[in-house]
This record gives sequence, structure tokens and C-alpha cells, in this order.
Amino acid sequence: MTVLTATQKPASLRFNPSLQRNKLDKLFTLVSAGFSVIVVLPLLLVLIYVLLQGGRLISFNLFTQLPPAPGLEGGGIGNAIIGTFVVTMVAALIAIPVGVGGGIYLAEYSRGGWFANLIRVGNDILAGVPSIICGVFVYGAIVATRVFFGQSYTAAAGGIALAVLMLPTVIKTTDEGLRLVPKALSMGAIGVGASKFVTIIRITLPSAFTPIATGIVLAIARAAGETAPLIFTALFSPFWPEGVFNPIATMSVLIFNFAIMPFEAQNELAWAASFVLVVLILAANLLARWLRRFAN
Amino acid sequence: MTTSALQHANTSTTGQTCLALEKVTISYGSFEAVRDVYMDIPRGKVTAFIGPSGCGKSTVLRGLNRMNDLIEGCSLRGRVVFDGQDIYAPEVDPVEVRRRIGMVFQQPNPFPKSIYENIAFGARINGFTGDMDELVENSLRKAFIWDETKDKLKQSGNSLSGGQQQRLCIARAIAIEPEVILMDEPCSALDPISTLKIEELMHELKKTFSIVIVTHNMQQAVRVSDQTAFFNAEAVEGGSGKVGYLVEFNDTEKIFNAPTQQATQDYVTGRFG
Repeated sequence: MTVLTATQKPASLRFNPSLQRNKLDKLFTLVSAGFSVIVVLPLLLVLIYVLLQGGRLISFNLFTQLPPAPGLEGGGIGNAIIGTFVVTMVAALIAIPVGVGGGIYLAEYSRGGWFANLIRVGNDILAGVPSIICGVFVYGAIVATRVFFGQSYTAAAGGIALAVLMLPTVIKTTDEGLRLVPKALSMGAIGVGASKFVTIIRITLPSAFTPIATGIVLAIARAAGETAPLIFTALFSPFWPEGVFNPIATMSVLIFNFAIMPFEAQNELAWAASFVLVVLILAANLLARWLRRFAN
Repeated sequence: MTTSALQHANTSTTGQTCLALEKVTISYGSFEAVRDVYMDIPRGKVTAFIGPSGCGKSTVLRGLNRMNDLIEGCSLRGRVVFDGQDIYAPEVDPVEVRRRIGMVFQQPNPFPKSIYENIAFGARINGFTGDMDELVENSLRKAFIWDETKDKLKQSGNSLSGGQQQRLCIARAIAIEPEVILMDEPCSALDPISTLKIEELMHELKKTFSIVIVTHNMQQAVRVSDQTAFFNAEAVEGGSGKVGYLVEFNDTEKIFNAPTQQATQDYVTGRFG
């Protein structure tokens, strides 16, 4: 056992900034902070630019009027706003039952065999398929073949294309949400004589409501902003929507069409539509975050 | 090795058999968890399963109402006869079996619904058409938890304490009016006072139901049960891991005071590894 003498002072516990490890520490903190600023920069710039360019154009007429003919002034994007809601609704009506049903199968019914794994892998691949490919697929399958009462471009076809895009998200979040529900809960239900179906519908699914709802909202928000699959499925229309079996205007396609036109009025409407679309998608994302809070 | 249950003489109820296990072997995949169990579980009594961890007592318990069906790769050979029917016969509906043989689990697992709905759930899915309020009250009363919950039936079952949750789960099992209630270590997650309440409850419940309980607590087996089965595990030649088997099944008093098997004697006196 050694005894400390007056000359052998114990090492100081003070923080020493000149040490190599402390210098490195500081350097890496700064570097990672710099990169995280770069990460949020595009988001902030896009938002600010769209808010400035589009926000000043918001008026009552914007929501109630049709776009003007080329060369004329004024007008609005009322038809495109309704169209976006209609197409997204069609997509949701298809994607939610199919996606939630598929997720239930994966999480509850499949016994983890090769078929379920095949679907899981396939689903992940589908999530990575470029949206324009979904559009081409629906164009070939539905638009070109005129299956809907001989109509070619229809809102329904656009909705189906968006549904294909939404499906992977809905299936994945349902599957994962259900698998997070404690086994003890479903055991409890089965232990008092509930059938598998009743257990899933009454116990497991309600317990996983929050993650599933979050996934659905995010999928809808993504689909609402898609342009590529709509260009050659829902097409566009300068008129008010005429049901789901006719071409329909949507905000994203309107932005695509009007932003490149050589007319001031159309360009301004494109900015205004961008603003409305960004606000809607932002709101949907905030709703998803708000839903997620219930999970904790 | 296995002693028949038809030995008790000083009890009021007749020694009817409720569940008969005939050469029951339960395997997970190719691994046998418990082998060749013969046992006659009496009606209207509390039967306790004791034994060291891994001896297969919980596995046998879950085999009594086909909860093992939910575990992948789990299979049962032999017969489990309930009311004259083999519950593993191919034409038997396991959902129907579980409505007659209810289960209470180790961890209290109330549904994330109101206390009222927790009780009403089982009755509703069984097509109960009578007075639901009355059924809920009766079930909660029978589970000794009515006084604590009568003013907050609309609150979530999760708002109760652990011991209350477990009694709620027992009330939930009672509400479907089964003939048998299986309890898988129902008190292992509870404090001593809650444990005591559930033990008192079991004495009350056996007037109406047959109860089978798995417990690690030997004092608990002595306090609550009429019959005790001692399971043990032994290594088998050429196999990996241990295989459980039934060592002795008799009146609780005999098991703890005058066991016929040395292994039982060692276990109940604490001389067991």
C-alpha cells in the first residue's frame, strides 16, 4: 500500500480543454451539428419559399373558382382541391381495407412460413418501386384497356395508382403494430373462449389502433402529394369534377401543368396550389405525430 | 407411481372425475416437455401442480384447455377426457373447450377496456342475453372485488392495482360460467396481501368450480388445495434437456406429510437441488 506524500499530488479532476480527446470531442460535435443543419436546411428553404410565393396568393376565390383559360387573369384551383380529395379518398378506400387486412394476415394468421416472408419481402420491395412505375402499371392495366365503362383516363384509375403506392406503408405499419400488442392480451381473450376472429377484432386490433392510424395518415399524406402516377391515370381537367369515372384535376398535376406555362396567372396558381398542398401534407404529418403520442 | 384420486373419504362432494389425463405426452417440436401423465383431476376441488421449474406443470395446465394450440410446434399425444369427451379429438372445437374450461394467467392481463367491459366481453361473445349489469355485479362479487370497483366500473381495468387486476381477471373468467378454472401461478406477480385475498377467493370458488392451480409456493399449495400433483424432471438418455413427468398425485395432506416417493419427500422438505 502506497502512501501519498506532499510531492505526489493526486491528479486534478478539472476538465482540461487542451487534451487531445477533449479537442477531438469538440471537433466531432461541431461537425455533426453542421451536418444536421444542412439536413434541415432544404426543408426550411422549401417551406419558406412556398409560403412566401404561395401564401400571398391565398384568397377566397382561389378555393371556389376554376382556373382561367390561357391568357385570362384571376380564377382559382377549386376543382383541383376537390380532385385531390376525391382521388386520395378512392385510394384510401382501396388501400386501407386491403392493407389492414394484409397486415392482419401477416401478424396474426400466417405462422411465419415462407409465404408470409415472401409477402413481407415483396411488400418492402413494393415500397421502393418508383411512383411513376405504379402509374405506368395502372395506365397499362386500366387506362389503356378502358375497363371503366369505356373511359380511358379516370379519377378511379388515379385512385388505384395511389392505392398501390399506399399499400406497402399500410401493410407494414399494421403488421408491426399488431405484433407489438402483448401476447398476454390475446391469450386472455382466447382463455375466456373468444375465437381468433373475435380476439383480433375486439382486442388486438383496437390495441394497435394508434400505430395503424399513424401509418394510414402518413400513407395518405404521401399519396396526396404524388404527381407521377396521376399524370397518365387521372390526367387533368379544367372543369369541375364529373364523378370518379372521368378525368379529374388534382393539385399536384395542376402544379406540374401550370408551373411550366408561359402565363403569369397560371404560374401564380401553381404557387398557390403548392402552398395549399404543403399545408395539407404538413397538417397530416402533424396529425400523425399527435396520434403517435397516444402510443406512449 | 401415479396414485388414483379416488382415495379421499372425508370430503362432502363425491369423488367425481372432472378431467382425466390418459398417457399424456406434450412435445415442443421433437422435444418432449412432459411424458406419460396419468391423472384424474376431481370435480369441485382445488388441485395444485407443484414441482421445480421446467418440469412441465404449466405445460400440462395449458394442455387442459388447449391453450398449447397457440404455441407453434406444440403437440399432445394421449387423451384428455372432459365430460366423457377427448378434448383433443379432431371434431372438437377448441373455442368451445375454452368456454367450459377458463384460464387465469400468471401476469394479470385485463383488456384495455373499462372494468365493466372486461367482464362483459366473455359473456357477450358467448351470446349472453340476460341482464348484463347483474352478471357483471355477480361476477365481481364472486371475485371479491365488487366493493373496490362498484364506483368506477367505467374506468379502465389498467387503473387497478396488480392484485385487483388479477381478481378482475378471475371475475372475467367466472363471468363465462365455466366448469373448470385453470390458474397458472396466479399470485407470483402479487404482494402477500393480494395473494391472501386470492387464496381466500379460491376456497369460495371451489364450491362452484373445479380449480387447477400451478404454484411455485408450497405453502400456497398446502393452504388452498385438496389434491396435489408433484411433477419432476429427469434427464433422458440420448436426449437434450430434461423431460418432465408426474411423480405423485394424492391428497395434499399426504403429499406434504407422508409422500410415498423419495423425490416428493425431498422436494416438499426443501432438500431438493
